[in-house]
Amino acid sequence: MAAADYSRWDPLFGKLSWDIFPFHEPVVLVTFIGVVVGGLAVLGTLTYFRLWGYLWKEWFTSIDHKKIGIMYMVLALIMLVRGFADALLMRVQQAWTASGGDGYLVPHHYDQIFTAHGMIMIFFVAMPFVTGLMNFVMPLQIGARDVAFPFLNNFSFWMTVSGAVLVMISLFVGEFSTAGWLAYPPLSGIQFSPSVGVDYYIWALQIAGIGTTLSGINLVVTIVKMRAPGMTYMKMPVFCWTALCTNILIVATFPILTATLVLLSLDRYLGMHFFTNELGGNPMMYVNLIWIWGHPEVYILILPIFGVFSEIVSTFSGKRLFGYTSMVYATAVITILSYIVWLHHFFTMGAGANVNSFFGITTMVISIPTGAKMFNWLFTIYKGRIKFEVPMYWTLGFMLTFVIGGMTGVMLAVPPADYVLHNSLFLIAHFHNVIIGGVVFGVFAAMTYWFPKAFGFRLAPFWGKVSFWCWLIGFYLAFMPLYVLGLMGVTRRLSQFEGTAYSIYFVVALIGALFVAAGIAAFLIQIVVSVRNREALRDTTGDPWNGRTLEWSTSSPPPYYNFAFTPRVHDIDSWWQMKQAGYERPFDRFEPIHMPRYTSTGIILAGIITVLGFALIWHIWWLAAVTFVVAIAYAIDHTFNYDRDYYVQPDEVAGIEAERTKLLAAEAASK
Amino acid sequence: MSNATLPAPQDFYVRQEPHEGEHHHETGTMLGFWIYLMSDCLIFGTLFATYAVLGRNFAAGPSPADLFELDMILVSTFMLLFSSITYGFSVIRMDKGDLKGTMIWLVVTGLFGLAFLGLEIKEFTHLWHLGATPMASAFLSSFYTLVGTHGLHVTAGCIWLVVLLAQLKIHGLTHENKRRMMCLSMFWHFLDLIWIGVFSFVYLAGVLV
Repeated sequence: MAAADYSRWDPLFGKLSWDIFPFHEPVVLVTFIGVVVGGLAVLGTLTYFRLWGYLWKEWFTSIDHKKIGIMYMVLALIMLVRGFADALLMRVQQAWTASGGDGYLVPHHYDQIFTAHGMIMIFFVAMPFVTGLMNFVMPLQIGARDVAFPFLNNFSFWMTVSGAVLVMISLFVGEFSTAGWLAYPPLSGIQFSPSVGVDYYIWALQIAGIGTTLSGINLVVTIVKMRAPGMTYMKMPVFCWTALCTNILIVATFPILTATLVLLSLDRYLGMHFFTNELGGNPMMYVNLIWIWGHPEVYILILPIFGVFSEIVSTFSGKRLFGYTSMVYATAVITILSYIVWLHHFFTMGAGANVNSFFGITTMVISIPTGAKMFNWLFTIYKGRIKFEVPMYWTLGFMLTFVIGGMTGVMLAVPPADYVLHNSLFLIAHFHNVIIGGVVFGVFAAMTYWFPKAFGFRLAPFWGKVSFWCWLIGFYLAFMPLYVLGLMGVTRRLSQFEGTAYSIYFVVALIGALFVAAGIAAFLIQIVVSVRNREALRDTTGDPWNGRTLEWSTSSPPPYYNFAFTPRVHDIDSWWQMKQAGYERPFDRFEPIHMPRYTSTGIILAGIITVLGFALIWHIWWLAAVTFVVAIAYAIDHTFNYDRDYYVQPDEVAGIEAERTKLLAAEAASK
Repeated sequence: MSNATLPAPQDFYVRQEPHEGEHHHETGTMLGFWIYLMSDCLIFGTLFATYAVLGRNFAAGPSPADLFELDMILVSTFMLLFSSITYGFSVIRMDKGDLKGTMIWLVVTGLFGLAFLGLEIKEFTHLWHLGATPMASAFLSSFYTLVGTHGLHVTAGCIWLVVLLAQLKIHGLTHENKRRMMCLSMFWHFLDLIWIGVFSFVYLAGVLV
């Protein structure tokens, strides 16, 4: 890549100039044209069908937790395609160069791709997936009408989008970071990364991270304060427990990420010496800090997924979850342990045998509560009346795959072994094993499971099964060779190879990646097919799987107020108990319902902050100053609005509920 | 489970919403704000930890003993401590339903806050002129960042205080405004607490060693 000149600075445009656009890069240019054409097609379609007003009024400005949850999922799916495209580019390059070819990506470009892949997959795929799920499901499960701070929820979402937008802009305006997904200094310092890449990384994460922290606070308060009467902590559905622990982890770790990135920014922007090699700076300080956030982060991702599988396993086994109490304690123990293992990411720092032993042992100890969970799921399935629906496919695929990933994790937790395996492809295989086999499988299971709740019709099972098998086979083909390569000593982040001895492994991995591509495609096809056949797949009962928790007690999709009357809870599987006791929906004497108003403040504020981020990345100081002041002023202005909620009148509730009564009656009559 | 132990069908929902909805929300806000403060505390925790690790890396430059003037720091510490007391007076007036008293004590609090900030700016410019800039060593980078982050928080607190004064003027001691008073109160006392940490850990310990 002809190095663009990032040292020039202009008062009006900052570092922006014509030669920072990658016109001379065929790969980027073709992608750019593809994105522009695709983007225009989407925008054109929306305009043609006059959907802008609808989207703005009903979705973008919505403070309904269900709609925000769905928007998170859409964001995550879009970014999954982007992140996976990066993965495919890398697999092709490695298979090509390991087979004696020259490849098609120069190292500088390849470095940007693996950095973007890692960062996008964690922050803009896995995180929105998990946050979206918690947003959609948790308030319904605890019998609440919304989250504790509905406006904040909308704002958090748009802050996440803002970060994603900045990463996407970096594709074509300038370049992205080449310093790996955690941007270790001194490589990420101004001396070795003088371009805007790391700045894109910093501001995208900073903005999205603040959104995540706020969302964490919001969901913790929701769970603590807004549970339906009777739902004590030990009667909460397991998914809510995992959501609680995850959000506590978010609140307890994301501020560390924020502070650490601020310090890196100060090094880069003001020439300070936190993590430089000069004047007393210490790069290992950064590595410690980033992993004090980074390790809990992987539990932030996996804990809610454990909750998802707990719900699915008990629903499709037709049984109460085995070992509810031990499940709760296991979750809490993992939450605490996740805080005292960070150093296992860099045993090679050389902290000494005692320190390494401590962190090695705490790491291995985590496998005990995780193992307890695995047995709980097994015992739930045991002698259950299993309905082998698509979510159950994902669950079984997860149980097998995750155990393998967990065991290679224990191998890596042994410091002497880690000295050999550190930064090798073995590590890459390990964390993809737990993230794909855990988080991704769990998210697909969850989407299939709760889709009918969100939209009122089921996903067509055939394409779901195709997707599952493609993902499962693709995963094993793509990552088992990496385990082998890692054991043979191949390090991560290589774009070129000297010999052709590894060719076969990389080619098999590429085939695996193509299977995964088919899996993603099958899932998208599944959505399209299901939308087209929605009448045949329609679920009018609101309870298509014979569920056990409160979200299945209301209609599908639920009315915006979720429950006409707040449920009263007597049992862990409260909806199951309601069905046993012959519960009847109340038809009359509705009361006014207190609801928050929609507001456009969240999206506008996040929009201003996106411009602020862009201005900071490109050193356009006047624009940064203006947008900063405007953002503050706009936020203050919002606090002068005291009219934020209203009461839904009983007539309106009665109308919506009567509609559902009719549907249920029709359903009963047709049977 | 036998059917005999099941609750009656009508026991599964709340007919009459308890009309403490407002109250419910308020406690939620206080808890949420408190959790936010704890997350902010972690930001300071990270900065303190960084100072603990890098604070002796003087890079042949000045050390705390060369730079810090404890008497001035003590004065600014008292500015902040007094501001916490006067905020307390303001809350007492608020509980008595005295809008004017509330606002007067808030103004006094703000003035103390500004005095603190003025002293901090004076200290920073003084150090800067001595050549002890944040770019001079890891010690100074972490010193300026820790103390400056606290200063930025106090600045934010002062802006919030002005906004709250305007809102009190417009709406009086309403439910919402009382809640905001309590949130700012927590924020203000929290900053005081952080300053105690800065004072003992950075200034006192720095000069003693």
